[in-house]
This record gives sequence, structure tokens and C-alpha cells, in this order.
Amino acid sequence: MDIIVLGKGCSRCEATIQLIEREAAKSGVPINIKKITDEVEIIQHGVMTTPAVIIDGKIVHSGGVPSAQAVSTWLK
Amino acid sequence: MLEVFTKLADVITYDALSLARENKLADAVHFFIEDTTKIFFLLAVMIYAIGFGRSYVSPEKVRLWLTGKTRFTGYVLAALLGAVTPFCSCSSVPLFIAFLSAGIPLGVTMAFLITSPLVNEVAVVLLGGALGLTFTIAYVTIGIVLGILGGFVTDAFKLDRWVEPYVWNIKMPSPATVDEASGWKWRERYARGEVIDIIKRVWLYVLIGVGLGAGLHGYVPKEWFLANAGADNPFAVPLAALAGIPLYANAAGIIPVAEVLLNKGVPIGTILAFIMSIVAISLPEMFILRKVLKPQMLVFFAGFLFVSFVGVGYLFNFIF
Repeated sequence: MDIIVLGKGCSRCEATIQLIEREAAKSGVPINIKKITDEVEIIQHGVMTTPAVIIDGKIVHSGGVPSAQAVSTWLK
Repeated sequence: MLEVFTKLADVITYDALSLARENKLADAVHFFIEDTTKIFFLLAVMIYAIGFGRSYVSPEKVRLWLTGKTRFTGYVLAALLGAVTPFCSCSSVPLFIAFLSAGIPLGVTMAFLITSPLVNEVAVVLLGGALGLTFTIAYVTIGIVLGILGGFVTDAFKLDRWVEPYVWNIKMPSPATVDEASGWKWRERYARGEVIDIIKRVWLYVLIGVGLGAGLHGYVPKEWFLANAGADNPFAVPLAALAGIPLYANAAGIIPVAEVLLNKGVPIGTILAFIMSIVAISLPEMFILRKVLKPQMLVFFAGFLFVSFVGVGYLFNFIF
């Protein structure tokens, strides 16, 4: 599963990545996380609040660390 | 209602720890217990309540609401929305580009960026607990007025030329709306998430701030403050605003100190200048915005805030 996390190196962005990795390891789903930190690129994805998460081309979350529950539903 | 925390501190300090009253250590310990319990209680309860309200606004919605408004309506609306809309400072640049690419004037965008960090929920809740309702309302009003003024001045001087030119050419696809963001269950979880997130972010600042406040409260005599930062020192206000610039602390760390300063006789205007400068002018934030703003604009931005805070300081010292 291709996951993109957008956000410029703040602690919340790191927390989001760690959360996704943890949930993926728990459910055994293979994932491939890509980080986008350039603000212009972030905007061109249609995202204005970070951290944001894009899964298979769809924005599933924007602004703040997602809940663990939300992450586990995306991974299904 | 908040007296319960004074009583709690009484019991712990004088009964459980059996410290003598009218003793410097006891004063400091009492202050520390009363303030930490009060602050964490206020943060938990108020942020939860505020969280429900805030779940209705987001920067994406603000962008939509500000698009196509006249300049004057824009300044006022942007400053008001800036006061209530949450966003992480790491979103400043995407937000800035997103506003401009929607055709929102630079001044209106600046109004939002000035008020938003200044009027934040942590500052408001803690000011309410420490300095009372009057000064809290004054603080919020100043934050909104300064945003409106800053936006107006930005456009009046046609400062568009100080935005990095590439920014004007960026096209943004319309921001995606995320499905998860609606319904009561989501709002409740959002509010709860805010409480956890904010307390995780500020608890250390609170402990350091209250610790510092407790030390000042117990060990530094009133005369010292009156001699150095009292109403008779005409330079206290600009010095307070200047001292606040390199100090990058969370409102949670500085307000407990401010409470002590007020009790020690430092005038309220001097204190407000200090708090606002710490909360609003931060060097890391300036570095982040350098990506989209030329250095001249950053100097103007910081200079405008500094002059405003000094003005507010003198005005409040004059009134109260």
C-alpha cells in the first residue's frame, strides 16, 4: 500500500509516520511510506494543513495527528 | 470556584508537609501546588469545551469564507477567524500560499497570520485563570485589532512586492474535504484529542513556568520589581517587549510568571507587552516564513508587532 505523509518536519508529522508504521506492523499490512516536505509540493497536492495523509492517491486526513483507530481503518 | 486549589495547596503545604506559614519555602511550595493543579484542571476542562467549537472551523473553511470578500470585510473576518482557528505552525507556509492562490489579498492573509498565534486557546485559558476576565478580554481584543491593523497597513504600503515572486504563480487544486470530519462522535473525539495533544505539548512549559514563578514569588522581594520594572521606569515597556523576542516559550510557560509579576506590582501594560512579544514574535516562525516572504517583509512584520506591543503596553499602563 502506497502511503504519502505530507508535512515539514514538525513533531506531529513524525508522530503521524510512527503511528502508521506501528499500526501497519500490528496488522501485518506491507506499506511503502513516502514523505513530502516541500511546501510547494504539499500545496500542489491540494493540502493546506499538515500533517496530511494520502493513500492510493486519495487525501484521507489533513491537519493534526490522526487517531490510531482511523489509521487502522485506512490499512484495511 | 478556583479557591478549591488554594485550599488544596493549604492542606498539602501546611498540613501534609508541615511547613510553617509566612516562610519563603512554604510560599514557593504553596504557589507551585496551587498553580500547577489549577492550570492542568483549567486546560483539561476548557480545551475540551473549546474543542467542540473549534471542530467547526478549519483553515480550509476559512480560505473558502475569505475568498471574494471586500478588503475591509476581509481584514475583520480574517482576524476574527484567526482568533478561533487552530493550525500547527508547520502549516504556516502551505496556508499562506493557499490563501494567496485563492486570490485573498496579502493584507487579509497577514491579518490571519498575526491574530492566529497571538490569540490561542492556551493563552486565553491561562490568562483567564491568572489575570482575570477583564484582562483576558482586553488581550483577545488587542490581538484581533492588531491583526486588522497589520492587514490594513500591509495593503496600504502595497507590500505585495515583498512576497517571493514564485508564490504568485503557484496554482493550487481545490483543497480536498476529508470525509472523517463531521458528526458528533468525530467532534467529541476531536475535542478529546485536542486536550491530550495540548497537554502533551505544554506540560513541561507549565512546570518550568510555574517553578520559575514560585521562585520569584517566594524569594524575590516586591521592592526589586518596583525598582526595576515598576511604573516609574519609562523604558520598562520597550525592554519587556524586546526581551520577549528571543524568548520563544509557549504561553503556558510565561503566564504563570506573568501572574507573579502582576502580584509583585509590575504594571499590567508592561506584562502584556512581554507576553505578546513572547507568544507572537518567534524566530523559528520567521525562518519558516522566509520561504515565501522576502527579508524586508519579515523585518516589517516583526517591527510592526514590536511597535504595536510597546504602544499597547504604554496605553494599558496609562489606563490602569
